Amino acid sequence: MTTETTKKFNIDAVENAAKTPDTELPWAELGLKQNEFDEIVKVLGRRPTGAELAMYSVMWSEHCSYKSSKNHLRQFGQKVTEEMKKDMLVGIGENAGVTNLGDGWAVTFKIESHNSPSFVEPYQGAATGIGGIVRDIISMGARPVAVMDPLRFGAIDHPDTARVMHGAVAGIGGYGNSLGLPNIGGEMVFDSVYQGNPLVNALAVGVMRHEDIRLANASGKGNKVVLFGARTGGDGIGGASVLASESFDDTKPSKRPAVQVGDPFAEKVLIECCLELFKGSLVEGIQDLGAAGISCATSELASNGDGGMQVELTSVLLRDPTLTPGEILMSESQERMMAVVTPENVKAFEAVMDKWAVEYSWLGEVTDTGRLIITWEGDVIVDVDPRTVAHDGPVYDRPFARPEWQDSVQADTFTGSVQDAGRPSAPAELAAAVTELVASPNMCSKAWITNQYDRYVGGNTSMAFPDDAGVVRVDEESGLGVALATDANGRYTYLDPYHGAQLALAEAYRNVATAGAVPMAVSDCLNFGSPEDPDVMWQLAEAIRGLSDACMVLGIPVTGGNVSLYNQTGTTPIHPSPVVAVLGKLDDVARRTPSGWREDGQAIYLLGTTGAELDGSEWANMRGHLGGQPPKVDLEAERALGEILINASRDGMIDAAHDLSEGGLAAALVESSLRYGVGARIALQDVMDRDGVDLFTALFSESQGRAIVGVPRSEEVRFTDMCTARGFAHTRIGVVDADSGKLEINGVEGLSLDALREAHEGTLPKYFG
Amino acid sequence: MTELPLIGEAVAVAAEPRLAGARIGVVTFPGTLDDRDAARAVRLAGATAVELWHGDTELGDVDAVVIPGGFSYGDYLRAGAIARFAPLMSKIIDAANSDAKLPVLGICNGFQILTESHLLPGSMIKNDHLKFLCRDQVLRVENTNTAWTLDYQAGQEITIPLKNQDGQYIADEKTLDALEAEGRVVFRYVGFNPNGSRRDIAGISNAAGNVVGLMPHPEHAVEPGFGPESLDGIGGSDTDGLGFFTSVLNKIVGGDK
Repeated sequence: MTTETTKKFNIDAVENAAKTPDTELPWAELGLKQNEFDEIVKVLGRRPTGAELAMYSVMWSEHCSYKSSKNHLRQFGQKVTEEMKKDMLVGIGENAGVTNLGDGWAVTFKIESHNSPSFVEPYQGAATGIGGIVRDIISMGARPVAVMDPLRFGAIDHPDTARVMHGAVAGIGGYGNSLGLPNIGGEMVFDSVYQGNPLVNALAVGVMRHEDIRLANASGKGNKVVLFGARTGGDGIGGASVLASESFDDTKPSKRPAVQVGDPFAEKVLIECCLELFKGSLVEGIQDLGAAGISCATSELASNGDGGMQVELTSVLLRDPTLTPGEILMSESQERMMAVVTPENVKAFEAVMDKWAVEYSWLGEVTDTGRLIITWEGDVIVDVDPRTVAHDGPVYDRPFARPEWQDSVQADTFTGSVQDAGRPSAPAELAAAVTELVASPNMCSKAWITNQYDRYVGGNTSMAFPDDAGVVRVDEESGLGVALATDANGRYTYLDPYHGAQLALAEAYRNVATAGAVPMAVSDCLNFGSPEDPDVMWQLAEAIRGLSDACMVLGIPVTGGNVSLYNQTGTTPIHPSPVVAVLGKLDDVARRTPSGWREDGQAIYLLGTTGAELDGSEWANMRGHLGGQPPKVDLEAERALGEILINASRDGMIDAAHDLSEGGLAAALVESSLRYGVGARIALQDVMDRDGVDLFTALFSESQGRAIVGVPRSEEVRFTDMCTARGFAHTRIGVVDADSGKLEINGVEGLSLDALREAHEGTLPKYFG
Repeated sequence: MTELPLIGEAVAVAAEPRLAGARIGVVTFPGTLDDRDAARAVRLAGATAVELWHGDTELGDVDAVVIPGGFSYGDYLRAGAIARFAPLMSKIIDAANSDAKLPVLGICNGFQILTESHLLPGSMIKNDHLKFLCRDQVLRVENTNTAWTLDYQAGQEITIPLKNQDGQYIADEKTLDALEAEGRVVFRYVGFNPNGSRRDIAGISNAAGNVVGLMPHPEHAVEPGFGPESLDGIGGSDTDGLGFFTSVLNKIVGGDK
């Protein structure tokens, strides 16, 4: 160690590290394993300095390196056809993938997790989840235009659920609403498997002109490296390595300081400031600072560039002057960006910073050495090949095997089980069952949450919750827009990870098509337990295999996403929860199809066929049963259904469409009626006769590839002709009744819309006030 | 001046040069969110939207000003408290109080800035239920003589989005009584008071009627397909907010009603 007393710290310089090979380093506390530390020593040819150790520990964490999932994730890049590539402008690997929308427009979107921080500190965890994903979108050169939040919490009546839920929802609102980004959808699931490990995922979507696409690389010797935005503080240190890559343990001290603290105002200013930089073509490369902070930004920019980078770390503006070099490198302080600027553009860059009153500091420059060199008052504290930090982390072939319990779980079917006793059949029982379903925690109205989010800001929101997909306009002149939906069903995936993941994709695809949009791209957030558990690793491997296979069939590529592992409480993993986001395109958002009917006398059709598929269903869940096989996946049928819904929307053949998923036909009929407060008269005899199911099954089965649509009388012939020509099952099941104020289903006691609304909307306020 | 084109197309290229000659400024502070939306509303009404920057020391050539919603300066300290000291605000205050009586509309955070600037009395505190609330809100237009409400019928009910966390309007009883007596309560919440505002007040004006502030957002109800959609059956059109902008245009181009 250096002994110069003028230095603020005893700096562990590279020179010193070479001389003191036996110095004990806290690699284990930073989350590294023995073999990983040995590998670092091998790569460097000496022990790492304290600063280098900090960098490697965060960059080689599960969260940043994907070391357990990388070998499996490759399939997303391999199972890709030419058709799938044609609209992909930027693929996996960058901050977010970019898809061509036509007319010179491009769209970028990505979904990420912020699960662990949101359990420790729900408000800040959820808030900074939004902040991080939005910066990923800006880093691509895009203007962010909307956000969505798939959320999964513990049991609705558990005392801790309110803490997490209130905090997360307030955090998403508090941060997102302040950014001027409409929140256009998401999900909310309650299940005790998420009790000690909620899932707070965040999606952002942005748009840009083709020529504005920016990539994260530092090229061009002599170009300047600048850090701008908020100052670097002591928050979030080791967030990626410590928090996201390890399960919680009651015996260790609180990890609260590892959670970042967000400042949405700083983020909003940063967004505008970056967009002005892009407009003036003032940056060569740009990278947001998220997980692993400066360690990640410098090593990724340098390793993606054509040379090296030299940075003086004391130039970093600090919120807390006592931070050590290692802490500065690891800090996950929010609202920061790093950019590469040519010397000619320095003045113009500074003018933009000054206009928006954003702080910045020039840290160093791009070199041609191929090395990432970081100095502290001139002493070299990091001297590495940036690729070894950013890209050449360890990769594990974790052992996996089909769990022993999988067979017995799949054999335990709901029909005939103890929980199935007293299945409703009389009209009054069925009416009570429908009401109970739509009031249940997972099927109830989410308005209590979504009303805390701004869905209007921007003036381009064409559809939002509770419709099937969120729709935003991209081009005000042509009406060009995008539709987005996210879906996952942890119970299905638990029963069968391969097909469960496909079902999540199928549902998101169906939701987007139901809105009238052509599905184009996929982003996924794979939330799983510990990869060190072979059962969980098998779930992950199967889900990725299933998802990548299904993307091939549906012809839409995965353009980005995120893997979140170690989601478990103690040794109990969450249900495997691959959250799948599908993005679709609408040539004119005016053509989008809402989920509710309005016009009296319109015909209501059920598309698709219904089987006796209650395993894993909401009904079985309400009765406390989880076993059997999830609904069958038929991706060709999903594609055919999608084409019908898209064509019908484009050609004005339908006025309403709602997909059938959790809660089956019963939930869909209620939701479509409550959307605009307009009832319907329904008769399901034809469906029951054709598909050989009883009324209960017709209402509560969760068979896939189905949707209900509202068809104007004048379009009925054209619509049914199209379905017939395409050989797709379709049945007229009723008519819209604007006057009755009721949902009347033959064989079910009449349901007044007022009572249904009270049941549907009353649940969340009852539990959360 | 009675007839004005209500242009409802996605993009209104101002059809009438006479209207397009009217220049309406939209102020951007750091943290402003609804500036583009306000500018779009101005264009849809047929006028020319002029970007104004908080740091500017001259107001320039504008016929009216909209202070849009958002979280200027992050609402830090108190909503609108910092923005009120922006160089441009002193120019706006002077112009609003001058003989020319520049029409000024403050929406949401803009309303908060106007009360902080003392162009309007009272203040906004946190909603009584303590949460951010976004909903389609019915308002009654109580005064159709202000620069921003000329095109509405007295007592007309309109539905426009409301979205805020600090929307509870408060003032002392004497001020409230004076506002009522002088007809300066311009908008009142109907059916549901979303934030605990005194006397259901959603918006008010100054004595001259050129300065109007309200919490709900007319600029989010100017285009078919992008406004309120009667989520809970409250009815109404989704372009009810356009009247604000045609009103002021009416005033600028055609003189007083």
